[in-house]
Parts: sequence; C-alpha cells; structure tokens
Amino acid sequence: MTVVDWSRWQFALTAIYHWLFVPLTLGLSVIVAVMESLYLKTKSEKWLAATKFWMTLFGINFAIGVATGIILEFEFGTNWSNYSWFVGDIFGAPLAIEGLVAFFMEATFVAVMFFGWGKVSPRFHLASTWLTSLGASISALWILVANAWMQYPVGMEFDPAQMRNVMDNFWALFSGVAVNKFFHAVFSGWTLSGVFVIGVSSWFLLKRRNEPFAIRSIKVGGWVGLIGMLLTMWTGDGSAVEVTKCQPMKLAAMEGLYKGHEAQSIVAMGIVNPDKTWDNDEDEYLFDISIPYGLSILAKHDPNAFVPGIADIVNGFSINENGDTVNTVGYAERIRLGKLSHEALRRYDIARAQHDEKAMAEAENDLRQYYPYFGYGYFDSVEEAIPPVGVTFYSFRVMVVLGSYFLLYLIVALFAVYRKDWLQRNKWMQLIAIASVPFMWICSEAGWMVAEVGRQPWTVQDLLPTKAAISEISSASVITTFWLFAAIFTILLVAEVSIMLRQIDKRSKHNLEIDNAH
Amino acid sequence: MIPPARGIAASFSSSARKVWMLYYDGFRSMTIGKTLWIIILVKLFIFFVVIKFIFFPNLLKENFDTDAERADHVRQELLRK
Repeated sequence: MTVVDWSRWQFALTAIYHWLFVPLTLGLSVIVAVMESLYLKTKSEKWLAATKFWMTLFGINFAIGVATGIILEFEFGTNWSNYSWFVGDIFGAPLAIEGLVAFFMEATFVAVMFFGWGKVSPRFHLASTWLTSLGASISALWILVANAWMQYPVGMEFDPAQMRNVMDNFWALFSGVAVNKFFHAVFSGWTLSGVFVIGVSSWFLLKRRNEPFAIRSIKVGGWVGLIGMLLTMWTGDGSAVEVTKCQPMKLAAMEGLYKGHEAQSIVAMGIVNPDKTWDNDEDEYLFDISIPYGLSILAKHDPNAFVPGIADIVNGFSINENGDTVNTVGYAERIRLGKLSHEALRRYDIARAQHDEKAMAEAENDLRQYYPYFGYGYFDSVEEAIPPVGVTFYSFRVMVVLGSYFLLYLIVALFAVYRKDWLQRNKWMQLIAIASVPFMWICSEAGWMVAEVGRQPWTVQDLLPTKAAISEISSASVITTFWLFAAIFTILLVAEVSIMLRQIDKRSKHNLEIDNAH
Repeated sequence: MIPPARGIAASFSSSARKVWMLYYDGFRSMTIGKTLWIIILVKLFIFFVVIKFIFFPNLLKENFDTDAERADHVRQELLRK
C-alpha cells in the first residue's frame, strides 16, 4: 500500500472510532434532557431517577469520547498538509468556532449538569442539561459544515499567490448539502440513542430488575428514537436530492448504475458485477431485485426523471444545480482542462519569480477559467475519477436496510411498551432489542462510508484529489501511527463498554427510584 | 449603605465562590467520575504530548517561517504531483 492508502486507512480508522462516541452524545443528551423536563413538570422522583441513571451513561460516553476528534486535526497537519493549506481559509472559521463553542458551552454546562444537583435551581439545572445537548449539536454543526464544503465547495475564490481557497461568502457554507448533512447526522444520533436506551432497558426487563424504570425509559427512548428516525429519513431524502445535483457520480456509485434511464429503478438487493467498467458491455449486476421508478423518485422526486449512470457522467451527461439534465463537460475533457489549469499555475509561478506582472495576470486569468477542473489535472485516465463502486453500493444498502429495520423496530417497541405485559412477558423481544444495539452503530457507520467512500477520489470535490492532498511523508511513520491509534482507540472502546456494563449491572441491582432520587 | 462598586465586587466574589464550590464539591463527591477523570487526563496526555509532538508535527508550521514560504511549498507540491 502507498502512503496515500495508509493515510486514508488511518483517517478512516480514527473517524470511525470517533463516530462510535459522537452519535450517542448527541442523542443521549436529548433523552436525558427530556427526562429531566418530565421530572420538573411532574415533580416525580421516578423521572429524577431515570434522569440520573441515563446521565451517568451519558457521562461515561462523554468522558471517553471527548477529544477523540482532535486526532483528525493532527492528521490534517501532518498527513494532509497540502490539503490543509489549500482549504485552510475555509476550514479555519468553522473549526475555530467549533473549538470555542465545544469548549465553553459543553465544559460549562456539563459541569452544572453533573455537579449542580441541589446547588443550582432546578430550572437552571434543566437549562444546563438542554444547553449541553444544544452545545453538542452546535459543535457537530461546524464539523459537518466543513465536511459539506469538501463535498460541495462554494463561497470561495482561489488565490494562486496564497495557494488557498479564500472565503468570499461565509453564508454560502450553509448550502443545502451542509444543512441536510447536519440534520441527517444529528437525528441519526437521536435514533441510535433511542435504540441504545431500549436495548439497555430491555436487559433490565430480562433480568426482572427495576421494571417500571425500564418501561419508562423505553417510552422516552422509543419516542426520541422514532422522531429521530423519521427526521433522519426526511433529511436523508434531502441529501439524496443534493447528491444528485452536486455529486452525481457518488449517486451513480451508490446505485452501481453505469447506464442511466428515465423512470430509473432502484436496486433493493443485489450483487454488483466486479468485472463491470464504465466502458465495457458487461451487466451491471450479477443479481438484483429492483423497485421500479425508485431511483428517479429518490434523486429528483419525479418517477419519470432521467438519472445518469457512471458512463453517462463520464461522457458528459449530468444534473445541474436546478436538477435539470444537462450536457456538460465529459471526463476526458475535464482532465484536459485540468492539465491546462496546472499549466497556467506553472506559468503564474514562473512569472511571479520574474516579477512579470503582466504575465502573472494572464496566467491567473487562464487559471480562473480552468480552475473548476483543477483536480482532474492530476488524472491520466477517467477511471481514476470514478469512486469504488462496490464499497459505496453495499454500504448504502447496509444503511438503508438497517435503517428500515430500525424504523420497524422503534414502532414495534413503542407499540409493545404501551402494552406493558406483552413487552415484559416476551423474552424474545427483549433479546432482539438487546442484540439490535450494535447494528445501530453499524447502520450509522455505513452512512459515513457512503458519504466518504462515495466521494472518492476527492478530498475537495473536483479541486483536490486525495493523491495530491497528501504530504511528503514516509509510509513507515503512517503505519506506526496507524497501529498506535488502533491500539489506543480499542483500549478506549473496551474501557467504555466495560465501565458502562459494570455501571448498568451495578445500578440495576439497586432500587433506582429510591437510591437515585437522593 | 454599601457603595455600588463595593456591592458589585462583593457580588462577584460571592458568585466566584459559588462556582468554585460547585466544582470543588463536585469533584470531591465523585465516584465513577474519578475513574473517568483519570481516563480523560491520561488520554489528553497521550494525545497532546505523546502523539502531537512525537508523531504529528504540523509540517508546514514547523518547516517554514512565513505564509509566503508555505504557499510556495504547497504550489511546488501541487505542481509536482
């Protein structure tokens, strides 16, 4: 493997581990806040007990997960320094705001949340709990805005003197891609946490410990999870429309679609043909079960719409920002124009060294003309600009199939919990609820794989491929840190799971509604 | 009657004391929290001291003195690849 491959694996490893902790923080903070609101409204000690129990699990996850994302920023500076410089002006603002908001809001209000019982007024405590939750979501907002910019770079102008993309419109960062991505990620955290709460509570039911507490928790977790799931589906639909307009190649890879049609079906289940390439006549799938009109509806909310496949896009058919099918620049031509932009930058560099203002202006003018294709100049063939179809296709199906399962799961769980005897008596339901918990994380991670593998080969869409973004570093150092991170994160994960399981077991043996209320 | 400036100072002092006591009592009465704080501190030490300084230098920041030099380096890098 090359240094680019190792660096990508390292980034993927740290991002995947980081995302094990984040969605639980996002969602469990909402569940705790809802429970505390119910306590304040009803003055029932039972809700106070529930709040304190889930707050403890939130605290464990928060403590173990906090700062795991900082590793990604270290990697930007060392492994991806070209990228880091190239996008610095855009990333600087959101990441700085994220740092300030995360530090001040979360650090302040988390302390009140955990230490403030009996020391601040109940209303101020509740406000702190909600503000902790809000702080976590706002923190996620800036990270996801930065990520969305990489997928849909807008609001900037490239300055060849600084060699950076300079922000000229801050508000353009809040594109449809960013807004959908943010809400999709946050609401998926609500769903994940709802499933987590139901799973842990079902274990209480299975062990016949604190059953009224478990039932109460399932009700809140179920509603937050279900609302989260419905909103995740809604924003997922919005994301699909945005991907169609801004990253049509990613959509084609998600579907394993090479030749698009009007009234395009979607593959519900299938196996992609590994021998299929954009320019051969092999079948796209070895096996598939498709839903008629599905992809046209998903992509453009129109059952008869044309959706371009990989070969169509390579040949120059695409979807514009208004969602219309257009004949655009084919990939071979993009590569040619990209190389012209590199040539213009080279001329600019020489003219700058010679202090030749006129030649600099001419070169800069040419560079601006070809800049939208700058990244394509790094490729020698169109194949290099096509994402890995298999991983993107299967990740998308894992996400959708598990997401559909969890929609059904949450509806059934809520139905069952409001028929209390049924849920308490049915051990199979309890076992399924417990066993489902890890699959929610798989679903969530699969979503990120679709987003990040599907946008390959780009770090910044159309402008900077991964192979150009990499620093001049040795594979050996990246391999060393890859295994170092694998070890550290695995230790953290084991610590989180073992501390949580020990706490759940220990606390479940007490009568929570007496012990926790005081 | 207390002069306004002294009143504000007294109020600030009282608030600062309350905040201090919130943290002090909070840390002192922790149970599981102590284990978590040990994990947090060890983790931050590993991240910011071991990993950051030994394995993850900020290459552009360390190898170049000015932004112009950094820009030149990145330009050469992006043209070379």
